[in-house]
Amino acid sequence: MTNLLILIPVALFLGLLGLGAFLWSLKSGQYDDLEGAAWRVLDDGEDKPKGQDDRRDSAD
Amino acid sequence: MSCCAAGTESASELDALRSALPVADELALASRSIGGGLRQCDLIVPGVHCGACIALLEKELPKLEGIERARVNLSTRRISVVARGEGAAAGRMMASAVEEMQALGYASHLPGPEDEMGDPVLRELLRSLAVAGFASMNVMLLSVSVWSGAEDATRDLFHLISALIAGPAILYAGRVFYRSAWQAVSHGRANMDVPITLGVLLAYAISMFETFSHGEHAYFDASLTLLFFLLAGRTLDHMMREKARSAVRNLANLSPRGAMVIGADGAHDFRSLDEIEPGMMIALAAGERVPVDGIVAEGAGDMDFSLVNGESEPVRVEAGAEVPAGTLNLTGSLVVQASRAARDSFLSEMVSMMEAAESGRAGYRRIADRASSIYAPVVHLLAFLTFIGWIAATGDWRQATLIAVSVLIITCPCALGLAVPVVQVIAAGRLFESGIMVKDGSAMERLAEIDHAVFDKTGTLTRGRPVLLNGDAFSPSTLALAAAIARHSRHPLSKALASVAAGGEAGRLRLSVEEIAGEGLQATAQDGTVYRLGRSSFALGSEADTQDSGSEVVLSRNDEELATFRFADSVRSGAAAAMADLAARGIEAEILSGDREAPVAALARQLGMEHWTSRTRPADKVARLEALRGDGQRVLMIGDGLNDAPALSAAHVSMAPASAADVGRQAADFVFLHDSLEAVPTALSISQRANRLIRQNFALAIAYNVVAVPLAVLGHASPLVAAVAMSSSSIIVVLNSMRLKWARADRRAAAEHKRDLSSGRGTPGIPAGGVAS
Repeated sequence: MTNLLILIPVALFLGLLGLGAFLWSLKSGQYDDLEGAAWRVLDDGEDKPKGQDDRRDSAD
Repeated sequence: MSCCAAGTESASELDALRSALPVADELALASRSIGGGLRQCDLIVPGVHCGACIALLEKELPKLEGIERARVNLSTRRISVVARGEGAAAGRMMASAVEEMQALGYASHLPGPEDEMGDPVLRELLRSLAVAGFASMNVMLLSVSVWSGAEDATRDLFHLISALIAGPAILYAGRVFYRSAWQAVSHGRANMDVPITLGVLLAYAISMFETFSHGEHAYFDASLTLLFFLLAGRTLDHMMREKARSAVRNLANLSPRGAMVIGADGAHDFRSLDEIEPGMMIALAAGERVPVDGIVAEGAGDMDFSLVNGESEPVRVEAGAEVPAGTLNLTGSLVVQASRAARDSFLSEMVSMMEAAESGRAGYRRIADRASSIYAPVVHLLAFLTFIGWIAATGDWRQATLIAVSVLIITCPCALGLAVPVVQVIAAGRLFESGIMVKDGSAMERLAEIDHAVFDKTGTLTRGRPVLLNGDAFSPSTLALAAAIARHSRHPLSKALASVAAGGEAGRLRLSVEEIAGEGLQATAQDGTVYRLGRSSFALGSEADTQDSGSEVVLSRNDEELATFRFADSVRSGAAAAMADLAARGIEAEILSGDREAPVAALARQLGMEHWTSRTRPADKVARLEALRGDGQRVLMIGDGLNDAPALSAAHVSMAPASAADVGRQAADFVFLHDSLEAVPTALSISQRANRLIRQNFALAIAYNVVAVPLAVLGHASPLVAAVAMSSSSIIVVLNSMRLKWARADRRAAAEHKRDLSSGRGTPGIPAGGVAS
């Protein structure tokens, strides 16, 4: 019984933490462009392997 | 499919409609200050398609002077450009950004005024979904412990904690349903949300009662999982519809936001649309649209009236001519005196006519609402009878109430609530892939019922732009010369000519070209030769006036005829196949056109259509649709012009091509992006299939009730039984709906087979449209 008194609040707190994180991410606009986010993760930006010259494929 | 190919394709389809790029003044007007001396402006960029587009735009634009940053939103196809500075200076920088985007191959335009950023409804749904998800998981955790044998004080404690979690969560997450249910009830109707609301709230109330009376069963988990499932369905539904809506909104906006007004002192001043008063003088350059109804005060030129009367042939205007709002100035610059304010203009007249015609679908009740109007009374009656029965049998009030409520809970239409949206979301997704956007789920229900189809001619059955007929009769060098001259004009015939012989050796000729508004083009070569391209009277000198049909262009060298080009509107690809398909389904098709009799009759013959009417005005079209409805027909209207808009809203269901006027696109239930008219049978077959699946889902949900209700009536429906029954029925309904998606491969093969057949039969003289995507 006593361990329940500790574990249930802990479980609820962790759940609330997750809920809070989701609501925060929603509010800060992270779900506004899901399609774009799927592409952005693939974009390496200016990061290139060492020794490669400055050629860059632009959009075809 | 290479990612950006689709963009160029749809861009070229809309090329005829693309108005001039937004100018600095417009951009300054549309931008807003975001503090720190920065201004932000949101632009629609229909051409962004993939990660490479994002990277390119976000890397290149900030290199321009004054542009602080740019951020692409791929889902809404928009870009936010932030510039340093205020007012006109920021506008100029943004204009340079717009030009840079154009140079990179991305056309952009400003969103319409009605179009706000963000989607508050989606946010509310997502927040509700998150809360319901969190609460149902935690409550389920506690419920499982109770089911697996927690007793006495422990069970009461678990029930109490569940109640504490569920109370606020149910109040917060269910607001969408409570609002809609209240609205229905207060108008004396019943929709699906009424039994949902009742079920959720009653389950909570009875569980509270049980908790405080140390009872065995509490249904907190049932209320919450019910909410969670239904919110998931509703959120998906909303996202799909919003995607279609924003795609429709993102098509080029055809009504200008303002105009260059000439003041009394001759100063030019850019004013927004609602600041333009009757009597003001407006300077209208070639390529601009008339902002408000007016009268031409100075200048002459050709105007494109296609948005207004649906016909593509340009009309020549001179001083004194009336020009309604929405017409496009093709050649020459005009000064137009505004005769009415924007709110009284032709466009607004059409909008009010549409509102009057809206009754076309106001009487329609969605399948889900029809089902629930039968279902809800049956369920409530059943619960009541159970209550009476248990009172009579045992005389125990408490037990009778508990069992009656458990009947309500177990029949709560979880599966029924999902039956419609899941199918419609998947169907809308399939339509989206075929380039058809559906704005409302009920549109698919209505489309599946039609037995009559009415087509507009110009712009719908035909492409609404001329094609050169006798191109083979001339040598390539003549064509190239004509194209080189034609390139300097926006006149549709010139554009058609220029597109035939793009490239070639035209580049070698050094010509100075000048456009004579309403007449044609005059080009002077370096050696003094004068070429003219235009009306025969103009090209050959005024005395040699032959019959001038308006679809002929003569090319002359020093007043001597070189070539006479003939043009005609071309039939949209897939038109014949679409008509054959409709006929095979037993759907009668007819043409209602504002055009003259001869071309309408010729087209009807070519497509094998028996019924056609020419010279119809917008009111005639509405009257014809009303008459058909009076005969008990359910009519599909397909049209594109502003003049079709009232008919589009009067019909049972309506479709418009992406090239249609703004108002037409907004009035239509479906908008198809590709050139081919085969979109009509495609939409029809997907809608009919979706309708069949919806009916199957209802049957499944009712079958589940037939099994579960006797258990509940006899008092065997424990919370565990309710949870298992509800989840399994929902999952079965969702799986059944997914069949629409899985059936894709063989259906696509069948569609291709059909296309092969139809191209064999073909429409004479028409190149196969570029629909491959």
